[in-house]
Amino acid sequence: MTASTITDRALQASLQGRRIEAVVIGGSAGGVDALLQLLPALPAGYDLPVVCMLHLPPDRESRLAELFDERLPLPVREATDKGDIEAGTVYFAGPGYHLSVEQDRTFSLSCEPPVHYARPAIDVLMASSADAWGPGLVGILLTGANHDGADGMAQIRARGGFTVVQDPADAQVGVMPMEAIRRCNPHLVLPLARIGALLPMLENYKS
Amino acid sequence: MTKPPSDIDIELRMLVEAVYLKYNYDFRDYTGASQKRRVVVAMRAMECETVSSLQARVMHDPAAFAQLLQFLTIPVTEMFRDPDYYLAIRRQVVPFLETYPSLKIWVAGCSTGEEVYSLAILLQEEGLLERTLIYATDINPASLDAARRGVMPLDRMRLFTENYQKAGGTRAFSDYYTAAYGGALFDRSLVENVTFADHSLATDSVFAETHFISCRNVMIYFNRRLQNRVLGLFHESLCHRGFLGLGSKESIDFSTYAQRFEPLARRERLFRKVGA
Repeated sequence: MTASTITDRALQASLQGRRIEAVVIGGSAGGVDALLQLLPALPAGYDLPVVCMLHLPPDRESRLAELFDERLPLPVREATDKGDIEAGTVYFAGPGYHLSVEQDRTFSLSCEPPVHYARPAIDVLMASSADAWGPGLVGILLTGANHDGADGMAQIRARGGFTVVQDPADAQVGVMPMEAIRRCNPHLVLPLARIGALLPMLENYKS
Repeated sequence: MTKPPSDIDIELRMLVEAVYLKYNYDFRDYTGASQKRRVVVAMRAMECETVSSLQARVMHDPAAFAQLLQFLTIPVTEMFRDPDYYLAIRRQVVPFLETYPSLKIWVAGCSTGEEVYSLAILLQEEGLLERTLIYATDINPASLDAARRGVMPLDRMRLFTENYQKAGGTRAFSDYYTAAYGGALFDRSLVENVTFADHSLATDSVFAETHFISCRNVMIYFNRRLQNRVLGLFHESLCHRGFLGLGSKESIDFSTYAQRFEPLARRERLFRKVGA
């Protein structure tokens, strides 16, 4: 479904019967700007965990969590190894390590080789999240210039999760969403503004 | 709400149990997500359709197990990885180490030796290498062999040199190696006092009293229970007020040993054993 004019009611209809437990968002080139537009849609006390991953240069401390913590009404943290994943919190993957979600819904880090030249890789986060949450997961893939994330989105879809891809025409760089659309046949293809409308609705379908 | 385990999760549990019973390599307390990825990679490389068929092969063929072991352990590292860590050792740990007439250092989970050679270079430049005995341990015999050989890929030397300089290196990095065997062969004198040994943090016990233990990006592959065991080993091995260095994203906060180490350099993950 592609529509910049899709109504709230149509968005709600697409979520009918879902029992959502978590949201995972991936992006690369243009991703910071996209998240700056998107994440402020989250209200304080949002009833789901939100895990975000953007590609980062490997050797620098990431300031993303700090940057967003100042701008959002809910706590934003860097995901830590063996750390619990709590509702109402936005997590960012740090640089230099793959980030996974374990079956017991904690984070884990690893130094396996980069995937699509990326570490952290969105594929790794999304595939492990799909394992952990199955149909309870919502995967959102945004703007980006490489193919990371397409495989992860396909795995979310295969495990019964809900998949949303940013409309490539609306994205700063369309390569990543285009590949994901090709690979995972997403439930929704939306411009950023409509993903922003969808995000706060998700907690109404909490499992 | 926890889901019932999927087929592959059941198979994975059976595989690690079989590996433990048959070969006494204990991967049972490794974190699941990365272990699963590695088994899947091994499955494809070893042309097995399922984890169960991989298990059957490994059970009946030690050579197949040796092959699987290369996938289960993660030999991805670099020399002077996180240069700030080494800089902090120079500035904040070396001044204490200098006060001992002889030193024992344990590099736990040394993989293919990048960290061992990095530390040896640092110790040499600080005038400590001659009086230091380094234990470099790992569970993977192939990695230990590579570490003993000390030949690093030439195409990584640019990165390693950059790291070395950021880590406070005082010489030309190329002084430490010569091109040989299609790689960069590191100076043998660096590892004269290094004992490379097979040691499992999951099943073996403490073998020596040490002054400094460096164990980086090893415990991230362990669940909290095994992390706890390992920190217990380190606490036992370290001398009074000994030093512990971890990977840049590793923490002791979740362990029962959180209060028994104090941070020395928080960001660089250097800790010191709290006095009795």
